[in-house]
Amino acid sequence: MLKIGPYTFRSRLLLGTGKFPDFNIQKQAVDVSEAEILTFAVRRMNIYEPHQPNFLEMLDIRKYKLLPNTAGAKTAEEAVRIARLAKASGLCDMVKVEVIGDDKTLLPDPVETLKASEMLLKENFIVLAYTSDDVVLAKRLQQLGVHAVMPGASPIGSGQGIINPLNLSFIIEQATVPVIVDAGIGSPADAAKAMELGADGVLLNTAVSQAKDPVKMALAMKLAVEAGRLGFEAGRIPVRRYASASSPLEGMSKV
Amino acid sequence: MRVTINGDLQEVPDTCATIRDLLAHLQLDQKIVVVEHNRRILQKEDHASSELKEGDQIELVHFVGGG
Repeated sequence: MLKIGPYTFRSRLLLGTGKFPDFNIQKQAVDVSEAEILTFAVRRMNIYEPHQPNFLEMLDIRKYKLLPNTAGAKTAEEAVRIARLAKASGLCDMVKVEVIGDDKTLLPDPVETLKASEMLLKENFIVLAYTSDDVVLAKRLQQLGVHAVMPGASPIGSGQGIINPLNLSFIIEQATVPVIVDAGIGSPADAAKAMELGADGVLLNTAVSQAKDPVKMALAMKLAVEAGRLGFEAGRIPVRRYASASSPLEGMSKV
Repeated sequence: MRVTINGDLQEVPDTCATIRDLLAHLQLDQKIVVVEHNRRILQKEDHASSELKEGDQIELVHFVGGG
């Protein structure tokens, strides 16, 4: 079970909701992923087209925990405002703190992320902080009291997978709150690898929504996260330099 | 009266006395929508008691797909 703040989840896969080809495919992908936490962004409504469908209307939202992000924010103050807007919907009290410090890499601004997390914790948000894969920063976030740290595997939407497994394992080893690998996952192998490293969960979006078959990929990611977790719990064998026979060396039949 | 909604100046009927009236006028009353009224974020229960005045600044936001 994945525990984040007061909430418990069966699924360790958190799914983003951006960039799907259409709502039907998205709905099927969400269903087969069995994700219980879905991320969203907060944006202005188009008041000229009031009847435009919204993906949330297609969901039984009692079945999910909504995880609004603060994407678009470049300062702590902007992030806090977006989080407050999201919470005023009355639908959620979790927030993914995402304060981008660089437009090209979309890497997070560590100083503003810390500031925003601190402010939101004071307002009783359940704070999941998107962060770079820096163990010191993860520690500082934990000291503030965030409910989960979410280090990126590689830049958002890049699909490069886990660039620095060493740094991720440093974060995981010292963690006092759940570690959710967020951003950069490209394939099921990446998701399984993150879980095998001991991550508590994986948050991904583009790897599913932009796959050739998003529904099939959603299922693949679900299975990969489960397989990776089982592998972690089972405990992998040490890597050896030379072979170790699987069949007995004694008792060979001879002519 | 004229109010600014999501950055655009809009003419709305004077019968829109409150934020709740405004949302009904815009046909958004059944939608999941969050209102910021003159930089104050409103809870849903505040919509009916928040009076709309000439020159008010309104932000209407909702949830969209995102990661």
